[in-house]
Amino acid sequence: MAEVAEKTGKNTIIHVTGLTKSYGEVLAVDNISFQVNPGEIFGFLGPNGAGKTTTINVLTGLARLDSGTIQIGGIDCTHNPKAAQHLIGIVPDESNLYPELTGFENLCFCAALYGMRKAERQTRARELMDTFGLSNAADRKFADYSKGMKRKLTFAAGIIHQPPILFLDEPTTGIDVASARQVRQIISGLQSKGTTVFLTTHYIEEAERLCERIAFIVNGRIVRIARTADLLQPVRGKNILILSTLNVAGNLSEEMPLFFPQHQFQFTSGQIRVESQEVVNVAPLMRFLDERGVQVTEARRHLPSLEDVFVQVTGIEAGLMKKEKEKPGVGGNQ
Amino acid sequence: MKGWIAFWNILIKDMRLYYLKPPNVSWGIIFPLAWTGMFFIKSGSGLESVLALLPGVVTISILFGTTSMLTVTITFERRSRSFERLLLSPISLELLMLAKTSGAIFFGIVNAFVPIIIAAFLVDLSGIAWSLVIPAIILIGIVSTFLGLFIAVSASEVFEAQTFSNFFRFPMIFLCGLFFPIMSLPIFIRPLSYILPVTYGVDILHGAVSGTQIMPLSLDFLILAAFCIVLFVLSLHNIKRRWIS
Ligand SMILES: Nc1ncnc2c1ncn2[C@@H]1O[C@H](COP(=O)(O)OP(=O)(O)OP(=O)(O)O)[C@@H](O)[C@H]1O
Ligand SMILES: [Mg+2]
Repeated sequence: MAEVAEKTGKNTIIHVTGLTKSYGEVLAVDNISFQVNPGEIFGFLGPNGAGKTTTINVLTGLARLDSGTIQIGGIDCTHNPKAAQHLIGIVPDESNLYPELTGFENLCFCAALYGMRKAERQTRARELMDTFGLSNAADRKFADYSKGMKRKLTFAAGIIHQPPILFLDEPTTGIDVASARQVRQIISGLQSKGTTVFLTTHYIEEAERLCERIAFIVNGRIVRIARTADLLQPVRGKNILILSTLNVAGNLSEEMPLFFPQHQFQFTSGQIRVESQEVVNVAPLMRFLDERGVQVTEARRHLPSLEDVFVQVTGIEAGLMKKEKEKPGVGGNQ
Repeated sequence: MKGWIAFWNILIKDMRLYYLKPPNVSWGIIFPLAWTGMFFIKSGSGLESVLALLPGVVTISILFGTTSMLTVTITFERRSRSFERLLLSPISLELLMLAKTSGAIFFGIVNAFVPIIIAAFLVDLSGIAWSLVIPAIILIGIVSTFLGLFIAVSASEVFEAQTFSNFFRFPMIFLCGLFFPIMSLPIFIRPLSYILPVTYGVDILHGAVSGTQIMPLSLDFLILAAFCIVLFVLSLHNIKRRWIS
């Protein structure tokens, strides 16, 4: 690890400038630049089609860039993507193991691709099958694995050679709550042993929980990149109250800010969002609404999170991101 | 060293997974035999024609053996995305493609001996120049594999690659002098024969079995070797351009 960091000269292990990649008419990645520091978990957060997978494909050598520069582990990979492949491990968004081989054979084969010797391959494969709770299925064909088991084995295959840099493309998509949690623990564990992790996700909570730094990517562009703590700073001290309403009466959007100048209001259909630096006193708000014939069915306090920052920065409704791909795994389960 | 561990394991895995797969058994072994049987019956001649047919049958076995193997090791793996795993591993593209094609070459060479062994029971093979037959079989195996590879990587879609492959291998049976001498082909078709590498391999086999080659054998070997190199280099070029796009 330390050697790799030293080789970069600067204190970055992945260094990308002006990366652009289009597929025909589609501009998949549009002039993005970012750096990843050694040993950190760096998150790429964005909706479907934002260009997350394309970025990973270009960095790992599955796709060619149109313009820009890439340095991985101090090696210039701009024109020779193979140059740094020995330093990286990849867990792709879709399993790409051999359906005809057993789980154990798949792991051993992947280890062999990185030049590991037989005894070492087998020990490591057994160890990983155990870590991922797949030991009982070691001798079953990969084709017969369930979706979640496939995902876990694909993860294991990506780290079998203990790469110093790991690319994870939506590592918890399609697995159950417990497995997602386990995968997140494994990711944290890898980081604590010095692995640098580049992770894409469209689960905001996952990014918030795992990543030290996050880039928001939308339509192929990075719209914000910062330390997670810094991203959260502006919303940290805020008090947010969400009121669910049955009907809207009068001109609330003009009246309420006049009546409660200490609060900020946002009106969406069926919801009023109240934001304030002070604790929001509910009673006056209720009285005000009641007097105007607005029926309030629920008032709930909302703890500000990265989701609020994401919505603010990208203008994308956070709810949309989660619904796009069904996922049971995320949501306060750790 | 690390590269060779990868090379060897890719080769072993392909052999284990694919040697007895239906497309290989049917297209690689049964089809050439059925084809030969048909020729044998059609010609209405006796056992004496076995020797005359042998070069063509051997070649057809290699051609279909190698290309059908290539379909599973490369075309199918690309479709299932497992090929990406190979592209992501730290072995040079040259070594990777050699590993992926060695299985096909080996399968083709083994296939070539199926008709030879059958023929050995029917006629006397002692007059054959084996020192020419063996290298010719190896070279035909390599060249037809690389030709198949070149065709496979020239197509951008998987199903296109399979159609393409059939589009080439069937006409070659007639164009490369397997069963009919090239000289008996209409003169305007003959240039086609000369741009197909298999023609030169078949010529060596005819020379080795019955002394009926139409070109100097050393020239045949030279041209075959040149085709192997050119096809492999062109294929690598196409892989870089099309598969890593
Ligand atoms: N091989 C390809 N050929 C053509 N277009 C592509 C290809 N790969 C990606 N694209 C396009 O590039 C854009 C970015 O796709 P990409 O797969 O990188 O998105 P993503 O952020 O990974 O999305 P998701 O969350 O759905 O995985 C999309 O518009 C997609 O259609
Ligand atoms: Mg993706």
